[in-house]
Amino acid sequence: MLSLGLRPVRTGRVWLVDGIHDLGGMQGVGPVVHSPAEPVFPGRWQAVARALMVIVAGAAEVSGGEFRHSIERMEPGHYLTSGYYEHWLTAAATLAVEHGLVTRAELEARAGGWFPLSGPVLARPVVDAGPDVNKPRFGAGDRVRVRDWHPPGHTRCPRYVRGKPGVVVRVDGTHSVPDVEAHGAARRYEPTYSVRFDAAGLWEDGQRGVWVHVDLWDSYLEGA
Amino acid sequence: MSEEGHHLAPVSPVEQRVAALEALLTERGLVPEGFIDEITRRYESETGPMNGAKVVARAWTDPGYKERLLADGTAAIAELGFGGAEGDHMVVVENTPVVHNVIVCTLCSCYPWPVLGLPPAWYKDPPYRARMVREPRALLAEMGCALPGDVEIRVWDSSAEVRYLVLPERPPGTKDMTEAELAGLVTRDSMIGVARL
Repeated sequence: MLSLGLRPVRTGRVWLVDGIHDLGGMQGVGPVVHSPAEPVFPGRWQAVARALMVIVAGAAEVSGGEFRHSIERMEPGHYLTSGYYEHWLTAAATLAVEHGLVTRAELEARAGGWFPLSGPVLARPVVDAGPDVNKPRFGAGDRVRVRDWHPPGHTRCPRYVRGKPGVVVRVDGTHSVPDVEAHGAARRYEPTYSVRFDAAGLWEDGQRGVWVHVDLWDSYLEGA
Repeated sequence: MSEEGHHLAPVSPVEQRVAALEALLTERGLVPEGFIDEITRRYESETGPMNGAKVVARAWTDPGYKERLLADGTAAIAELGFGGAEGDHMVVVENTPVVHNVIVCTLCSCYPWPVLGLPPAWYKDPPYRARMVREPRALLAEMGCALPGDVEIRVWDSSAEVRYLVLPERPPGTKDMTEAELAGLVTRDSMIGVARL
């Protein structure tokens, strides 16, 4: 049962595993409210919220993966009904509490009401990151298939390509695996690839001439 | 506070929550004097689509530069003095009469800050992120960029460390324009790929 209110998330809800942030392909989301130009920050609080995340991330030595995961752990209803900089605020406050910079009670006393924070980390800390992959397993033109799995923590493998076949179009450099760095001090480095998927194969809807490229770490892929 | 307590207490308005976190971090000595204003000023005035427009205009007027830009985006963009966070691994994708490129980040809001600045709200909101990988032709048309059916669409989901920039086609009738005049024609949306020039 997915709560759309702003109630705090209980530990262990299965639906938190595949986070609400993983939006590729979701239907019923409505039109894009497009504008050709707008101020960088609509108001002062958005600029402050952004800067506070930079401060918390610096003070707590937060990795890119841990930062992103702190947004992804937001309660789904809150995520969908709040804007980008409220995500950053919620994540900054969550990380500040988790790293002992402030307490939730202090935040709520100052804010004069409930201060929604992101839900708990469900994945176990990564102690042994495993060996780095220095040599790309695949080259441009190779057929690959994305692993079909549902990790309990952070990943940069979008759900809409899991289990799908694609073709490598570009081999990029070797980068820290987000799934590892989000959950502790350990690091593993792997090549990333740009993989091309035929949209008709992703959605089985008969689109023609549409290719979707997703950039994926080595361990997200298997040979096809 | 218990979960029941949370349920009963009203959610604090977002401005008050920002002020609360700012005050607590300031009291702990974690907010350097002037830091918030300085970082805000930098994003408001030092980066933005005017940087990307210069890259595009140079590529339109200098074939050697265009070749370098498509071969190694990061290095070619650095030639014009642009680089840094969210621009360390740049790939430039070229539009042609038969190929249209468009960028998206379905998982968050990855965007090439040094050349385009911070992303617009619609780029970060769910509808764009959900739909651009599922029905790009329909969404592009909805956003005013209807493409002939025989134009191939290449969507680039920025899910790892690479950030993308679209190199739009040079508009017809611009043969006599200077590089600076050409840069004035290049829009943010054309470099995201939701518009053609």
